[in-house]
Amino acid sequence: MRLMRIWAMARKEFIHVFRDSRSLGMGIAIPMIMLILFGYALTLDVDKVPLVIWDQNRSQASREFVSHFLGSRYFSLQGTVDNYRELERAIDSRRALLALVIPPDFAGRISSGRKAQVQLIADGSDSNTATIAIGYAEGIAAAFSQDIFLREFRRQGGGSFSRPVDLRPRVWFNADLESRNYIIPGLIAVIMMVIAALLTSLTVAREWEQGTMEQLISTPVKAPELIIGKLIPYFSIGMFDVLLAVLMGEFLFQVPLRGNAALIFGQAAIFLVGTLSLGMLISIVTRNQLLASQLALVLTFLPAFLLSGFAYPIRSMPMALQYITYLIPAKYFVTLLKGIYLKGVGPKVLFVEGIFLAVFGLVMFALANKKFKKKLI
Amino acid sequence: MLERLKQILIKEFIQILRDPRVRSVVFAMPVIQMVLFGYAVTTDVKHVATAVYDLDQSVASREIVARFVRSGYFDIVSNVAREEEVQPLLDRGQAQALLRLNKGLEENLKGGRPAAIQLIVDGTDSNTAAIVLNYGGKIVAAYSQDILIDRWARLRGLNQKPGRVELESRAWFNENLESRNFYVPGVIALLVMLITLMLTSMAVVREKEIGTMEQIMVTPITPKEFILGKTIPFALISFIDVILITLVGVFWFEVPIRGSLLLLLLATGLYVMTTLAVGLFISTVSRTQQQAMMSAFFFNFPAVLLSGFVFPIANMPEAIQWLTYLNPLRYFLIIIRGVFLKGVGFMILWPHLAALTVMGLLTLWLASQRFQKTMT
Repeated sequence: MRLMRIWAMARKEFIHVFRDSRSLGMGIAIPMIMLILFGYALTLDVDKVPLVIWDQNRSQASREFVSHFLGSRYFSLQGTVDNYRELERAIDSRRALLALVIPPDFAGRISSGRKAQVQLIADGSDSNTATIAIGYAEGIAAAFSQDIFLREFRRQGGGSFSRPVDLRPRVWFNADLESRNYIIPGLIAVIMMVIAALLTSLTVAREWEQGTMEQLISTPVKAPELIIGKLIPYFSIGMFDVLLAVLMGEFLFQVPLRGNAALIFGQAAIFLVGTLSLGMLISIVTRNQLLASQLALVLTFLPAFLLSGFAYPIRSMPMALQYITYLIPAKYFVTLLKGIYLKGVGPKVLFVEGIFLAVFGLVMFALANKKFKKKLI
Repeated sequence: MLERLKQILIKEFIQILRDPRVRSVVFAMPVIQMVLFGYAVTTDVKHVATAVYDLDQSVASREIVARFVRSGYFDIVSNVAREEEVQPLLDRGQAQALLRLNKGLEENLKGGRPAAIQLIVDGTDSNTAAIVLNYGGKIVAAYSQDILIDRWARLRGLNQKPGRVELESRAWFNENLESRNFYVPGVIALLVMLITLMLTSMAVVREKEIGTMEQIMVTPITPKEFILGKTIPFALISFIDVILITLVGVFWFEVPIRGSLLLLLLATGLYVMTTLAVGLFISTVSRTQQQAMMSAFFFNFPAVLLSGFVFPIANMPEAIQWLTYLNPLRYFLIIIRGVFLKGVGFMILWPHLAALTVMGLLTLWLASQRFQKTMT
């Protein structure tokens, strides 16, 4: 292993990268544009759920009940309907996700001390929004019932006391439940995963396809030197991307960074070595750009998106699949970034993820070395 | 013309299916992915890992814990005895929620004074946290109501209950609010786009890069035939993939199809045409396969995230909501979810079908325009 040969290899690759300005631009611009676009666009906050109301009672009590819904920021009234067909139509055409049906005997039942059944119909096809919206609605109904109860209690001279038990919810790490605060750290991880693998997945395959590999083989450069040399330029681009992403998280999106920024860069470096080597490995094994790009995409994009805990909580997956997620490096990086950003925890808590990430990097690098043969067949 | 088209089709099929590895990437991979991701895509919150910090150790506090367990949403993973244990549990993510019952809870309840129960929730995943808070709120509200009724009964006798409102919620189209039913059709749409776009975007560039384009140009093949020859095989492959992964979705994950299969096939045809056209367009504007791949990716990533697949479009900023109208996946998601879950028909879905048609034809036309320029 000679530094000089590594450097020569790296220089050649740097020239390659800088000459193809479009690819370089994409390597830097794509992650940034995506982070800006998605950082603003993506939120899972459920509010202003479109709602239609079918008030069959039209009494003071029913209007008061409805006003609790209108006053809540979680619902936005899309209008009222007068019959079942209209209601069905509103939900079928996605004009409303929720419909509140107040029965004709609403006020009568309440004043006579009986149970008034209000129907809430939800478009369950988006189960996530539906679950949360139903929860909010149930909260409003429960509070309304309790108010009636307390009012009646006072009126009949039962004394004035408040609700016997109150839930005091406290949310740690993300007090306002802003989904952006957890989407952005996760997004950085997913974007880096994909970009890194894409950057390197074609480098070796291209040399094979264009025939320049034969020239490389005839030089004294050794396999690890070639691989390290090829990794250096992409590693620099990747680290530059991470730097930009962290700066944007800080200044553009104001995601609180409670932990140590140096730790982020350290972990990002390890993560990049792993994913860049994975791309390289794909390139070495396939020797074919079409196949390499397909594989890179298959192995990085969707797993990083769906199995890393970025969009879907890993805890909700079946046990077997939870084990499979241990093979997804993005999972560790997502956990690390969320931990450092939101929880402000350090190496003491995160060392397991750090170790897994390092092992992944080493294995990928070693595999790339092992699979690369300086032979023509 | 037909003879030449036949020849180029034969060439393309040979070229694609020659390599067994490509065959497996094209046919086996989508099915494997479908199975894997079908299991992954769920946002149902059940079995919340909960720690209990019971400082009261009374009948009332145990009753509350029991109610949390009975609800089925909370799994008690540990009992905390000291304050110092709380922080690490949440830091390490071993518990997602902590139920804290302060000293004096039972005394307060007996004396008619307000009592508070604390529920600390890990907010790093704000979606899960919101649902957990909902569950907690519901359980405590019910408990509170029970106590009130109890007091009322003791004071007034049972026959004088006050009225109350009960919300009876019904979820249409997906009675048990299974999130998998919502996401699995989405995964089908997603996989189809990734496969078709990636395949076609490389198709023309590869010929350019390895120099075989010149050979094609000296043959009497016209640009139109060339484009058709490049698209038809991929269209066929994509259709086979669609059928394979839809079968997995329906028979493996048991997602109901309530609408018309014919409508779904029609929509799939339009959708595949659109994504193929986008792929072809990318192919004509790229000079190297690397560029093509980057561009395809540059299209794919936003198309997936800004489609309403996971993140609801209604929550996005206005400007970006407009941008999503350019996204074929957006329309197809509405259609495929509509057909699968709602069983709605042409009357409701036609605007989305029309959008796909227009978009597909326009892109196809653009790609062939550009292609003719690059040929000459």
